[in-house]
Amino acid sequence: MNDEKQLHWLVRPSTIRNLWIGSSIVLALVVLAQTVFYVKGYFGFDAWFGFGAIYGFVSCLVMVLVAKLLGLVLKRPVDYYDEPQDEQNLNSSHDKLKESNNGV
Amino acid sequence: MEFEFFSPAFILLIAAVLICLVKGHARTAVVLIAPIITLWAIWQVPDGVQSTVKFLSYNIEPVEGSPLRRLFATIFAIMVFVGGLYSFRIARWYELAAAFAYAAGAIGVCFAGDLITMFLYWEMMAIFSTVVVWCGGTPGARAAGIRYAIMHLLGGVVLKVGIEGVVVGTGSIQIQPMLATDFSTWMILIGILINAAAPPVSAWLADAYPESTPTGSVFLSAFTTKTAVLALILLFPGEPVLIGIGLFMVMYGIIFALLENDVRRILAYSVVNQVGFMVVAVGIGTEMALNGATAHAFAHIIYKALLFMSAGVVIYRTGKNKCMELGGLFRTMPVTCVCGIIGALAISSFPLTSGFTTKSMISQAAVDGNLVWVYMALTAASAGVFLHAGIKFPWFVFFQKDSGLRPKDAPWNMGLAMVIFASLCILLGVFPEILYALLPYPVDYQPYSIGKVLFYLQLLLFSGLAFFVLLPLMKRTMTISLDTDWFWRRAAVYVFKIIERIFSSVGEVIGQQRIRLQNFLHIIAVRYLGQPHTTDSRERGVFARSWPVGTTALWIAALLSVYVLLYYL
Repeated sequence: MNDEKQLHWLVRPSTIRNLWIGSSIVLALVVLAQTVFYVKGYFGFDAWFGFGAIYGFVSCLVMVLVAKLLGLVLKRPVDYYDEPQDEQNLNSSHDKLKESNNGV
Repeated sequence: MEFEFFSPAFILLIAAVLICLVKGHARTAVVLIAPIITLWAIWQVPDGVQSTVKFLSYNIEPVEGSPLRRLFATIFAIMVFVGGLYSFRIARWYELAAAFAYAAGAIGVCFAGDLITMFLYWEMMAIFSTVVVWCGGTPGARAAGIRYAIMHLLGGVVLKVGIEGVVVGTGSIQIQPMLATDFSTWMILIGILINAAAPPVSAWLADAYPESTPTGSVFLSAFTTKTAVLALILLFPGEPVLIGIGLFMVMYGIIFALLENDVRRILAYSVVNQVGFMVVAVGIGTEMALNGATAHAFAHIIYKALLFMSAGVVIYRTGKNKCMELGGLFRTMPVTCVCGIIGALAISSFPLTSGFTTKSMISQAAVDGNLVWVYMALTAASAGVFLHAGIKFPWFVFFQKDSGLRPKDAPWNMGLAMVIFASLCILLGVFPEILYALLPYPVDYQPYSIGKVLFYLQLLLFSGLAFFVLLPLMKRTMTISLDTDWFWRRAAVYVFKIIERIFSSVGEVIGQQRIRLQNFLHIIAVRYLGQPHTTDSRERGVFARSWPVGTTALWIAALLSVYVLLYYL
């Protein structure tokens, strides 16, 4: 408890738990509110119950997964484009190695 | 004051020169007052063409007013003022001067009445924005600035080719709506789209902007892409190609921002994403859509600059720009944090922010045009924007984990600039009528209805849920992502290397043959002409030997007899 007191109130585990509970309630309310208020759909299917919620969640899921998969192909180390310089350094160190070998 | 020939852009140009000449408080005064005078001047420009100058048999129209042009110029001037307020204490004088000249170019494009004037201001923007990128001062900024300059000068050449084609084809340099039907109109469209960061060259934006200084990126985020949007509205309203291009930009921006670790690069990708919305709207081309594109550009400049400002303060205070190194900054940077969150909510078009009242006009235009797929894609993209910019940016910078950093909050001027823009985000969200009244076409649109707000809340809040559920998948890595700039940063280098290798091996073969030929000729020469510098006659070649006089006399006699013989024949 003492440990928890030292943390900023916003990052205490109890606060975070309460935040999760609170936001779950808000999420549920936002969907349930559709029983009271009429959501005007433009194309029919977008007026279905909870359509916005499901569509938002699923499209984010798809985007994150696509990004993840693309990341496997596209991700490179931060210094990827600096490589030519590294090559030069490599060569020079190589030369140094040669020199020292010659010296021996 | 008359604005027949005097574009409001000149005020900022003069200010840019003054910034170079004066120092201290006088410079601060110039930085803060010039944009206000410009704003006043912008509203003095009446509708229609103000003057015509004959130049090389072309009718040049330096200043032309219309509600659309004034609105873009207005937000540019506001941007210069707040950007100047944000940066005047830490930016170097040459960066401020370049930024002002860059903004002057943008405002010049707003009021350009003909294609030639537009092109001149267009190039001015390219040059001075490059200087702003270079002001980053690092080797990375220098290299990125060169790539940026090449890209934009290339875009300028393509645009110029198109303009020449149109002038030759139609004999008119008027700025008027056209469709991409032939080579020259396509060239104009491509030239403009390069500035709008459209595929396949979108990469220039995320390459260059994050390399500039924290203050420079605030200016950079505002002008180039939005001027391109204005040019598209003026020249290509209703061009169907733009819908596809815009949707690609929207999705590209989201996906690449999700992969990114650099804070400002996340924001740079989301510029592409947001400009994609506007490009789609121009492609739809109805009055509603063009209103939406204009309003969205207006709101976008404010919240995107706000986001870059809050990222800029973080980078200025901590010197770090990677999500992995940041986190937990909300403790000591409350103003920056709150303003960043407001900007993030606005970009995600949360109800009661400017994003909601402007971006939903574009969706409405898609509905009116019965474009189901476009509408659904834009809606999915709205969810994606909340994911990559709305939550990701504030979460990784201000919350996430405790990075142990305890930087001071923003200096007063930076804080004030952020508060001004944050208030504007909310003002335009709560009272959208202010902006609607200024739009080029009459607005008959109600942004707020319970059903719509509920739909967007569901969409956005569940995107937020998705973010936190998928957080393990979004763990940042110390990586960059390959983009199309790989083709000119790597592939082109490989191609050059291969060509170089081919040439050098051809050169080697030629060299070897030359040496062989040389040796051969040398042997011949030695045989007949003899070794140079030898005193021993026996070693000399046939022709170099010294012969007895008798032999010579014999040969001469023989030749003379042949001559006599020939003479008598």
